[in-house]
Amino acid sequence: MMEEEKLMKQELSAMKEQVSSPNTSMKQMREVMVRAMYCEMLGYDASFTYIHAIKLAQQGSVLEKRVGYLAVSLFLSEGHELLLLLVNTVLKDLQSTNLIEACMALTVVAQVFPKDMIPAVLPLVEDKLSHPKEIIRRKAVLALYKFYLIAPNQVQHIHAKFRKALCDKDPGVMTSSLHIYLQLIRESPEGYKDLTGSFVAIMKQVVGGKLPMDFYYHNVPAPWLQIQLLRILSLLGREDQSTSELMYEVLDESLRRAEMNHNITYAILYECVKAIYTIHPKAELLEKAARCIGNFVLSPKINLKYLGLKALTYVVQHDAKLALQHQMTIIECLDHSDFTIKRETLELLFRITNAQNVTVIVEKMLDFLRGCKDEHTIIHLTMNDVFSIGGDSLQQDVPNNFLRLLAEGSECKEEDDELRLIAVDSYLTVLKGDASHLPQHFLQVMSWVLGEYSHLQECVDQREVIRLLTKLLDERSVSSETRVWILSALTKIPEGQTDLIQELAESLSSSQDTVLRQQAQELRHLSRDSQLQECVLPRGAPWDSMEVDSSLSFLDGFVSEALAAGAAPYKPPHQRQEELSEERALNLEPYSFSLPVSLSSCSITDRQSPTLLSVSSGVSGNSTELSQKEGSSTLILEGVKRVWGKDGYLPQKETAATAPPVDEPGIAVNPSGQQEAAERIEPQPEPSTRNQDKQQLASSLFVGLGTQSSISLLGKSEAPPPRFRKKPRPHESSSSSSSGTSERSSDSSSRSPHSKTDSFLYGSLLEEEPVTCTSTTTNGLSQNKHAEGERRANTSQILGSDMVIVRPNTIQDRHPPSVSSDLTALLPSEIKDLPHSDVISLTSDPSLSLASCRMFRDEALLLVIFICNCTETVIKDVAVQLTCEELETASLRGNVVDCLEGKSTSVCHYALLMDEPHTNVSFTGTVSYQTQPGHTNTLPFSGTLSTTDFIRPLVITTEEYGKLWLSLSHDVKQNLKLLTDAGGDPLKTTLNALKDALQLHVVDIIGSEGIVACRLLSGAPCLLHCRVNGSALAVWLRSPHPSFPDCIMYHCQRALAEL
Amino acid sequence: MMHFLLLFSRQGKLRLQKWFLPLPERERKKIVKDMTTMVLARKPRTCNFMHWKDLKIVYKRYASLYFCCGLENQDNELLALEILHRYVELLDKYFGNVCELDIIFNFEKAYFILDEFLMGGEIQETSKQSIAKSVEASDMLQEVRH
Repeated sequence: MMEEEKLMKQELSAMKEQVSSPNTSMKQMREVMVRAMYCEMLGYDASFTYIHAIKLAQQGSVLEKRVGYLAVSLFLSEGHELLLLLVNTVLKDLQSTNLIEACMALTVVAQVFPKDMIPAVLPLVEDKLSHPKEIIRRKAVLALYKFYLIAPNQVQHIHAKFRKALCDKDPGVMTSSLHIYLQLIRESPEGYKDLTGSFVAIMKQVVGGKLPMDFYYHNVPAPWLQIQLLRILSLLGREDQSTSELMYEVLDESLRRAEMNHNITYAILYECVKAIYTIHPKAELLEKAARCIGNFVLSPKINLKYLGLKALTYVVQHDAKLALQHQMTIIECLDHSDFTIKRETLELLFRITNAQNVTVIVEKMLDFLRGCKDEHTIIHLTMNDVFSIGGDSLQQDVPNNFLRLLAEGSECKEEDDELRLIAVDSYLTVLKGDASHLPQHFLQVMSWVLGEYSHLQECVDQREVIRLLTKLLDERSVSSETRVWILSALTKIPEGQTDLIQELAESLSSSQDTVLRQQAQELRHLSRDSQLQECVLPRGAPWDSMEVDSSLSFLDGFVSEALAAGAAPYKPPHQRQEELSEERALNLEPYSFSLPVSLSSCSITDRQSPTLLSVSSGVSGNSTELSQKEGSSTLILEGVKRVWGKDGYLPQKETAATAPPVDEPGIAVNPSGQQEAAERIEPQPEPSTRNQDKQQLASSLFVGLGTQSSISLLGKSEAPPPRFRKKPRPHESSSSSSSGTSERSSDSSSRSPHSKTDSFLYGSLLEEEPVTCTSTTTNGLSQNKHAEGERRANTSQILGSDMVIVRPNTIQDRHPPSVSSDLTALLPSEIKDLPHSDVISLTSDPSLSLASCRMFRDEALLLVIFICNCTETVIKDVAVQLTCEELETASLRGNVVDCLEGKSTSVCHYALLMDEPHTNVSFTGTVSYQTQPGHTNTLPFSGTLSTTDFIRPLVITTEEYGKLWLSLSHDVKQNLKLLTDAGGDPLKTTLNALKDALQLHVVDIIGSEGIVACRLLSGAPCLLHCRVNGSALAVWLRSPHPSFPDCIMYHCQRALAEL
Repeated sequence: MMHFLLLFSRQGKLRLQKWFLPLPERERKKIVKDMTTMVLARKPRTCNFMHWKDLKIVYKRYASLYFCCGLENQDNELLALEILHRYVELLDKYFGNVCELDIIFNFEKAYFILDEFLMGGEIQETSKQSIAKSVEASDMLQEVRH
């Protein structure tokens, strides 16, 4: 660092010398400027070159001018005084006949010109709208767009010219003009309804592929243009049925045309879905859009999942039930290790908050808030909304937790204060409006925060705060409990406003409420004596240093005096109650009776009220209350129970109480890393428990969105939606949190083996990016032909290769719903005899049901998909499309069926190849079919494959093993569990277990050492060298592939853990 | 509309910065600092999007370089990813197998390409051919003069 600074200093002084020398040529100056830009980028001040940048732009040839302009646009941000010196140069260049000079001038104008300099260049830029060259027209339109953003009034007179740009023969100019139109329409959609037809016509042409190839991006016609149009259309069609009707057709078309193969089409689909939900609704379109969202949400690609959540967040505002279909995904995302995903999920939950699920959702939000401090503003505002919507149905501890969070804060004082300031500001705004309808809890939170922190905000007049709070006191709707909160807040507001406080105390001293009266008295005393106030309520005292004498020992003297004087001894409330019930002989109280939180004035006037509330109520002898408050981790379960009870699902209540184990709190509570680790190492004794937990969470989150769902979730054994069931557990764990092990291979998330390119700085940037999606399977004709060819090639191989008998692997075994194996009889004869897994059901709808089976061929994995027609009628045009990011897939046969008879089954199969090892891969796909002509249905499905599906034994001799071992570079060493309890040789037992689970080949066992080999299909080998080391098995893996050993290790651990 | 585009290395060194909205120097420095720390701290297997104040941050790593941009709320994240990708493609076309050093030593060229691609924070031209043509046209002009 120091070195760099020294170098830079030298460089800068050399530059200084050079620029001030009269002998420096323009060419040299240009080089100086480039270096100056670099210095500035690294954060060193090179402002002495600014003026020379302008000179370069003024006097240089085109070559120097270009650098000069660039330097100007980097150095001088809008409003820099030196910019004035540039105006003449720009004017000259705008009028230049040299195309390049004019382009540069337009670029710099759009980049740096401030508001007050626009009039000088505006006429010239305007003229450029009719320039013969389209590139100039484009730049001019964009410059005008920029002007419009900075100073809309100045370009008002050229709206007619914008229309001309919209009709420009160059699609690029037209696209540029849409930026302006989007802004204009956003401001006043009414004025532009007449253009709807034109926009629809443009969209139709674009979608219909009428644009020149120049406008295609990865084979998608002008995606940027499409998206811009979709946004414009949605603004125009919003709450306007007749305008919306104009666009239904083209929206449908673009939904259909956007084939799922590239990010960019997903971007279009996303906008399309949003548009469909924004404009006047049309049932058919909504249905299609909803299905489309499903594709996003279920996608294994995390970016798409994120967008799916966003789309859901958007659409649940129109139809909350849509969230129900994806509740399990949402629950998984809620626990995602990615902060962004989590946040988006909470945003979504917030939208579906209702009176029944508010407690659970708020708990989730608080959990989230605790985990992160940097995003507090937004969450805070969300909390405000939650409080104001569901306030009164919240339990007391929810606001308490929130306040505690505010009060205790994080390590960074600045951030805490910032958060508190935000709270104060937002609450003052709320109180300035009509506060009478707000829930009591929210009012309490607000008054506490204002009492505690309003002094932080210097620009707020304390008198104003007092006035607002006093006004609140006078509200009829405010409960007396809230009044106590308000008064204690007032007590805490600093001295100096004695007159107001005195007045208030005076007016309250005749109140009917004894607690209020007492507080008013306290208030009066405190406001008179600032020293006393300081002592009772020290400002800014640290939280933990506050000592509370919960035994109230200071009252001992008073008590003994009173007792001596003949007063009855104190009985705690429960004792009184017991006595009372004994007298009555019949206990009429409900079992879990808890006292309404009657706040003693002593606890509430305390500065620490939110924290202490729980303490004081606990001390008062109510033990149920106390146990409820301890440990926030149990709160969620509590919420669950409560919701269930309230809904009257009493029969389930019992199972609910036993099933959610307190020591294994639901997925959401645990830090995901831990949970993952625990899950990996230990065999899950009762997988169903966890699932049940999730479903419980789901039922409590999604309660109130639709009756149907909660029933299906609760009575889950009867008819659970197939989607939830088919998910194998390993998949769950891999998606709910990215596992520690997968971290090693996880760079492949972006499908980029970084380790390869990172080592060389010269590595191509592009090398890593899959430009075109080679792995996707299209069901076009050419593909079919290709597949046919491949099939022939494959069959011959099958006949020749000696097969190894492969057991269905462990993941398979745990698939709960195993479809009857009758289906295997349908397998094509050429692959019938291959070792295969069980047939599992993938998904189904009323017409079709899908099942799959994995067949282990030596050089590939065959994924067989059975498509059963469940109806009596013929289904036409059945087409299967399978996508898997990480694998190479090829359809071998049967992915398009013209006609599927009633009650019959068609079989299609795919060959899957894995080049890069992944611990688990998921595939997704769709089946489209027609039950009636012209009406295409799609049925999405997805599933998971494990690496073990792609591992084959590598049969070699010990010598070959030795040679190969030396030639391999990538090493992993780790200890595994040794199976000792089975009797016999532990090494042999363990290796055999691994061999069976992972399809390895045990080459040799010599004493306490064993060597094992396998390969990834017909690709990279992996050699394992195992040695008994005490009670563990020390394994040393080598492979030419960097992440393959990790993968194997992971599955070995799993396999041993499951035994 | 895009607010800014930053390129920085894995070590957090800024390689290119483009600001589409006027911001005081202090604010810019803060953004650069926040972006590098936030993006570099992202774990693998996370999505390419983040939130920062009221902006959406979209980033992507290409070899040793991170491309990162700030978007407005209504902008489409996937589309922004494609913008980044197209920019990389453009750089690749121009430099031929582009790497970080190309951008360090010819960063003004990287800016010129960017200026033909984006303007005022919006896409100006998406065709690789057209952009290459106009960048080359200016380059050629220089050759002739010297």
